[in-house]
Amino acid sequence: MDSKNTHSYEVIVIGAGHAGCEAGLVAARMGMKTAMFCTDLESVAMMPCNPSIGGTGKGHLVREIDALGGEMGVNTDKTFIQSKMLNTSKGPAVHSLRAQADKHRYHDEMLRTIGEQERLDLICAEVSEFIVDDPDRAAIEQNSAAETGTGYKRIGRITGIRTSDGTEYSADAVVICTGTFLGGKIFIGDDVTVSGPAGLPPACALGENLRELGFPVRRFKTGTPARMLRDSLDYSKMKEQKGDDKIVPFSFLNEDKEYDIDQISCWLSYTNEETHRIILDNLEKSAMYSGNIVGVGPRYCPSIEDKVSRFRDRKRHQLFVEPEGLDTDWMYIQGMSSSLPEDVQHDFYSTIPGLEHAEIVRPAYAIEYDCVDPLSLKPGLESKILENLFCAGQFNGSSGYEEAASQGLIAGINAVRKIRGLEPLVLRRDQAYIGVLIDDLVTKGTNEPYRIMTSRAEYRLLLRQDNADRRLTQIGYDYGSVSEERYQRYLEKSRKVDEEVTRLRSRKTDIDSFRAFLLKHECDLAPEDADPELIERKRRDMAETGNQTFADILRRPAISYDDLAEIDDESRPQLGSNEKTEVEVMLKYDGYIRKQINEVEKLRNLENKKLSESLDYNSIRGLRLEARQKLSDIRPLTVGQASRISGVSPADINVLLIYLEKEMRTSSTL
Amino acid sequence: MNDTITAISSAPGEAGIGIVKVSGPGCKDVMKRLMVRFPEEIEPRHAYLSRVSRNAADPEAEIIDEAIFLFMEGPHSYTGEDVLEIQAHGSNTGLKNILQAVLDSEVEGVRMAEPGEFTKLAFLNGKMDLSQAEAVIDIIKAKTDLSLSIAESQSAGRLGDKIREIRETMLDVLAQMAVDIDYPDEDEDFAGDYDGTALVSQLRWVLNDIEELLDTASIGRIAREGVRVVIAGKPNAGKSSLMNALLGEGRVIVTDVPGTTRDTVEESVSIGGVPIVLVDTAGLRDTEDKVEKIGIERTAQAMASADLIILVLDGSQDLDDKDDTVLEYIEKMNNEHLLVVINKNDLGITITEEDVKEKLPGASVVSTSLVGGGVPEAVKAVADAVTEMYDIGRLNAREMNIVTNERHVRMLRNAEMNINEAITMIQNGDPMEVIELSAHYAYDSLGNIIGEEVGDEVLDRVFSKFCLGK
Repeated sequence: MDSKNTHSYEVIVIGAGHAGCEAGLVAARMGMKTAMFCTDLESVAMMPCNPSIGGTGKGHLVREIDALGGEMGVNTDKTFIQSKMLNTSKGPAVHSLRAQADKHRYHDEMLRTIGEQERLDLICAEVSEFIVDDPDRAAIEQNSAAETGTGYKRIGRITGIRTSDGTEYSADAVVICTGTFLGGKIFIGDDVTVSGPAGLPPACALGENLRELGFPVRRFKTGTPARMLRDSLDYSKMKEQKGDDKIVPFSFLNEDKEYDIDQISCWLSYTNEETHRIILDNLEKSAMYSGNIVGVGPRYCPSIEDKVSRFRDRKRHQLFVEPEGLDTDWMYIQGMSSSLPEDVQHDFYSTIPGLEHAEIVRPAYAIEYDCVDPLSLKPGLESKILENLFCAGQFNGSSGYEEAASQGLIAGINAVRKIRGLEPLVLRRDQAYIGVLIDDLVTKGTNEPYRIMTSRAEYRLLLRQDNADRRLTQIGYDYGSVSEERYQRYLEKSRKVDEEVTRLRSRKTDIDSFRAFLLKHECDLAPEDADPELIERKRRDMAETGNQTFADILRRPAISYDDLAEIDDESRPQLGSNEKTEVEVMLKYDGYIRKQINEVEKLRNLENKKLSESLDYNSIRGLRLEARQKLSDIRPLTVGQASRISGVSPADINVLLIYLEKEMRTSSTL
Repeated sequence: MNDTITAISSAPGEAGIGIVKVSGPGCKDVMKRLMVRFPEEIEPRHAYLSRVSRNAADPEAEIIDEAIFLFMEGPHSYTGEDVLEIQAHGSNTGLKNILQAVLDSEVEGVRMAEPGEFTKLAFLNGKMDLSQAEAVIDIIKAKTDLSLSIAESQSAGRLGDKIREIRETMLDVLAQMAVDIDYPDEDEDFAGDYDGTALVSQLRWVLNDIEELLDTASIGRIAREGVRVVIAGKPNAGKSSLMNALLGEGRVIVTDVPGTTRDTVEESVSIGGVPIVLVDTAGLRDTEDKVEKIGIERTAQAMASADLIILVLDGSQDLDDKDDTVLEYIEKMNNEHLLVVINKNDLGITITEEDVKEKLPGASVVSTSLVGGGVPEAVKAVADAVTEMYDIGRLNAREMNIVTNERHVRMLRNAEMNINEAITMIQNGDPMEVIELSAHYAYDSLGNIIGEEVGDEVLDRVFSKFCLGK
């Protein structure tokens, strides 16, 4: 062990993708001597699929990562080439930011940040083996024999890793986030290649080592569309998709920054019946249909052959042509992933308006990889099987850059907390989309690559992107991941927002300007297609409306915070765009938000009821057999978590509650 | 560790056969203790005839009965645990002896079952859904044939099926909303911007179904609890006399001082086979007396919840302003089931049936003297009125899904309220994520009725119905 080949770190991160970068950076920032391993420098913060960050749900994750001191938002703000706020026709709770990132600059900037980070080494070597302190052979055999989702036993503690050339690195904690590299296999029609994404070398030895150690390894699959040369496409036949005029950055640190960049457009086109005919005629040549692929793919990201064959009545499917960066002439064809042979791909892509003469520089492919059953993880992302091993990203069965980065950040924080003997950071479902994501994974498990969606969150009105810092920055500060600078900014923003809300709740204007203001916004500025009778009625109502506070006025749908400036005075403060949104939302949605908070309070009861990790579920009378097994396997920390396990019914939860109450009574009479 | 619970599970009263039920791990031990002839091996669902002894040490010494022992092995039993049924002669004393013998058997953890505990176990062990379990409790409590038939159909899952059907539609609505929020980029021809009109019409459809179920709730309640009859009238008109006449005994104090019966009094009674709940009210009149005012408010509340209102008028006096106050209240109630009793016709009648019909066109009227031998006449009028209502309920109950359970009514009302909110918000152009919230609360309330767990069904529906991009 103490040979000259042994190097010593406090935290080791395997993989340098979006999860690995967050884990490595946060561990080093929290004071740990940290090493990140990648098989190829190119893989650092690589975007092997679409060149965009954010979108519905995902944009919320990036904000939360940022609020907790992570890097993804900051790095996107440095490198985006188009920015768009989605869902603006809906309410602010589901406004979602999405940016087209410059793939190469994103990678370059992240690489620079890692290089500049103190205590952080980036090592280019393939990790082939875990070093486990005195492994429990019986437990390994038990785990190997167990069915998926059941009976995960602790086999020991990880003390380091070995690379393929035999070098050993010791570590107090290890974070694994291997993405699609672990046991990677690429499929194009009949062609099967052992490979990582984008033709980079895969990591096969570690996957085998995990199997030997009895980890519940399984295969998932995902796919990516073709890349085409920019100049080979005909943009006159496609519809231009521009970025927003007003750019909102991801990071709270960039709140008041002005962005003056030339945004690059994306392009919209559609498939047609000819495209579909070619695909259907060649369906059996697709790797997905040939039976070569055993891995499970995501339902929300189907290949074009999947879409065409499952929804045969649809005459067209849309696709977006997205630039991959400023210094590259590659274009990404969003919505058109495939595992059909190259010649078939060529045939069907060229039926699409604008793509007739497309030059394909990389064909679409499907990729299959090793991942672990997330039910083998604790809520803090530590493995139940191997102590001090933390897991993140696609390795845990998720999909997407943002999902990976979220877990990487939490896994990194918790690796440090574990080393320091502190409680892990476990975010609740009413605190963050990150909480929803991780709770879903470790409590319900997943049968397909997991993607976040706003509809997975019960408390959508609370989990907005404008208030991510309100929800998380204090927590991040307390847990050690948030810098003093960010924390001070957060305090300042909170103070400003709260003061403004209080001011608006009491401020009024004189009755004449008030009525004139309302008339202008609700009647004079009404849309052209508005019902004239309705407007007339409003006009009459308006004349009778009494004087209200600014907070009351803001509750009217047609009035925005910016509008109020017209009747305000010098007491109106200068606010940043997030601050304005937060003020507006806090007042506009006051009632709904309170309703959700009540819901949370009701359920908080269940979340506060702790379940001991050593509880013997078999001894609890009335639990159904399935519930007993599931609870014994997953070992939820609270009754709330237990209630979300599939196979645990409300009746079982009642039994648990009755049991806990009995326990409490017994212990209090002792 | 687990308890073994026991109770007499047949209805009280003399009957041919009575049953003592035992559930829990100790069933076999109970058999061993009680059976004089204990077979070497017990086969489940096999009837063993044996004499019953309460002295295991010397069985022949204390024989208490002869009974059939039927053992059902868990989980294939009513409660999902081991169950033993001891079928003995149906006398109360005999059954109590057997029950006592079970409790005295010294089998570990044996105890009396709490009311409804067998059914609770069956629910907890996943043998039935919540609406079925509640229906079983209703069957156990059912007082009349009619309520039994409702409870039976609910137990067979008919209400559950209806709720599931409504939830299916709601699931489509929620999936549509989820796509609208989570896939803003989707092709507008297929998902994209939501079609408010279509959503509203789907929600209206659901609302209609829920309202139909709610309409049955009063029929259901009549069947379960009886017709709720409220007796109203100005002080000293003879309300309490009528109530006593109907009860056949002097339970309510009758005096000549107006305003004695200040609180409402409820009594259950069966008239011509129809169960009714009689509510006597404080004399209704405008008053400054605070105590009496509370009584009047209660009366108004009682009338609001009445199936049948009986107005008692003092026929020996002209209608005065006190009567007018009462009449005003009754008009406000807008209850079509109204019976007016003109009392004290022995004291010289001044109010005629025509006078009343003029004021209350829909009412049935009877003129009598409650203290002067007119009781049978009054009782008959009441009996006729309640029987008619009851028969309508009975007729409908056979054909319809009827909601009888208070909790179900509450949940349905909650769903109704939330769907109404959602519709209003769609029409106001409120943001989708807020509308979705109301729709989701409605969906959860409906799920609550059948006790279904909430899972990923919305997302499953999204992916099976919509072809989505990324």
